[in-house]
Amino acid sequence: MQGKAIKYGDNIDTDVIIPARYLNTSDPQELAQHCMEDLDKEFKNKVQEGDILVVGENFGSGSSREHAPIAIKASGISCIIAKSFARIFFRNAINIGLPILECKEAVDGIEEGDIVLVDTDNGIIKNLTKGTEFKAQPFPDFIKEIMKYGGLINYVREKV
Amino acid sequence: MGLTLTQKILSAKVGREVKPGELIEVDVDMVLGNDVTAPVAIKEFEKIGIDRVFDNTKIALVPDHFVPNKDIKSAEQVNIMRKFAKKHGIVNFFEVGQMGIEHALLPEKGLVLPGDVVIGADSHTCTYGALTCFSTGVGSTDMAAAMATGKAWFKVPEAIKFVLKGNLQKWVSGKDVILYIIGKIGVDGALYKSMEFTGNIKALSIDDRFTIANMAIEAGAKNGIFDFDKITDAYVKGRAKREYKVFERDEDAEYSEVYEINLDEIRPQVAFPHLPENTRNIDEVGKVKIDQVVIGSCTNGRLSDMEIAYKILKGKKVHPDVRLLIFPATQEIYLECVKRGYIEEFIKAGAAVSTPTCGPCLGGHMGILAKGERALATTNRNFVGRMGHPESEVYLSSPAVAAASAIAGYIVSPEEV
Repeated sequence: MQGKAIKYGDNIDTDVIIPARYLNTSDPQELAQHCMEDLDKEFKNKVQEGDILVVGENFGSGSSREHAPIAIKASGISCIIAKSFARIFFRNAINIGLPILECKEAVDGIEEGDIVLVDTDNGIIKNLTKGTEFKAQPFPDFIKEIMKYGGLINYVREKV
Repeated sequence: MGLTLTQKILSAKVGREVKPGELIEVDVDMVLGNDVTAPVAIKEFEKIGIDRVFDNTKIALVPDHFVPNKDIKSAEQVNIMRKFAKKHGIVNFFEVGQMGIEHALLPEKGLVLPGDVVIGADSHTCTYGALTCFSTGVGSTDMAAAMATGKAWFKVPEAIKFVLKGNLQKWVSGKDVILYIIGKIGVDGALYKSMEFTGNIKALSIDDRFTIANMAIEAGAKNGIFDFDKITDAYVKGRAKREYKVFERDEDAEYSEVYEINLDEIRPQVAFPHLPENTRNIDEVGKVKIDQVVIGSCTNGRLSDMEIAYKILKGKKVHPDVRLLIFPATQEIYLECVKRGYIEEFIKAGAAVSTPTCGPCLGGHMGILAKGERALATTNRNFVGRMGHPESEVYLSSPAVAAASAIAGYIVSPEEV
């Protein structure tokens, strides 16, 4: 996957990714309309299909609301690269088939607007704008298997 | 190498010794969802294409976030739960009038017990670790998969050990202990790890322990867990309707970090906006004026929290510039507050008392803040916009500090009112 980087800092919590006042629905398109609203009102206008979110430590902390990765995915983001993820957000993203990678060096080496290419299978991140390359830890096989099916539900459907 | 308490419980479930970092699939004893997360889970469950849940006694559905329903959309979300509960004969569906805030309700009903593996599509599911079980928050898709298969996947966590020493000072409670710890280790200080509490835990009531385990997630932890003792036993007895198993950590268990926490040294704590780690001693707060005080939530809506609020508010008046909202966490707690005369004193003092709901804690309903307003709350998060307008502020404290501050009109120590 390839896209333009949109960058934010540390401790971005699920309350700013999708505020609770919009949690009376679970419709992905409706949620996407309010994605990141309390952090960056311009997000909705600047995000384009395929863009890559590049963020700091502890991304997605707080509430377990799956509405957060759902809103991000529905807004067009193809992958998230973080220094670290909060654990519930981490599993929610995997479970809904939203690719994510942890790589501190890549986050430091990518600026807003850079064009980034990601190979999640091998954990390779290329900054095409700057001509640099980074290596993230690839997923363990079990998680790769879930991702291969496009999320946990398809995986379970296959197994039951 | 020995095993931590969490690793012990997970090993027993898997049937062999597990190692930190390993990915495992485990049978769960209880699967929980609320009116925000369960409707999404139900939609996902239906995509799997099976016509029955794995066990209709091991699923709990608790509409508590936007109830009594605040608008048409939230009423429709709860209806999805209600219909699903009827269709699958879910025994533990709690309608308004019987419900409570999920993390106060499930222990009270004896639905989560020592040695259990519990998952809940709510981040504060870690609360039940107070009862020496492994309990953690997950998302809606995890909940859906578990309702179908009875299983969940986990990475076996490392653990941080907190050895408690000494005793709590007057006006200091479990809330101050956990805020103090989060202030020390930070909001990602326990990321992916267990927080295990041992040492002089007899200094902490079961309600203190629920509060502490509840906020383990605010340090990024996978779970918080206490040793089992007489206090746990006394709480569980009479509530449990099935067998349970008591686990102990190995003497030589390996921990990534060990902290000694001297309870005597902890003063009442206040977390400033916009992270729970921004804690200060009450003596270092300065004069912070407040518009609203909220006493309640899955963190501090239990009977002992109501009792301390009662002791402080009795015969006093809420400051005219402050709105005080009090939410007993379950119907049982609410009724006990009525019987003991707490509610009468709350109302006489000028507080608004509500049926159980998560409402204001997450900025859902029943106490939303306007632009520029400031609240002091016994809840668990003070993120940007958490209780309403993105330019409002939330400070976190114990019920004692909250009740005292409601009288003063600004944040004060209970020693001052």
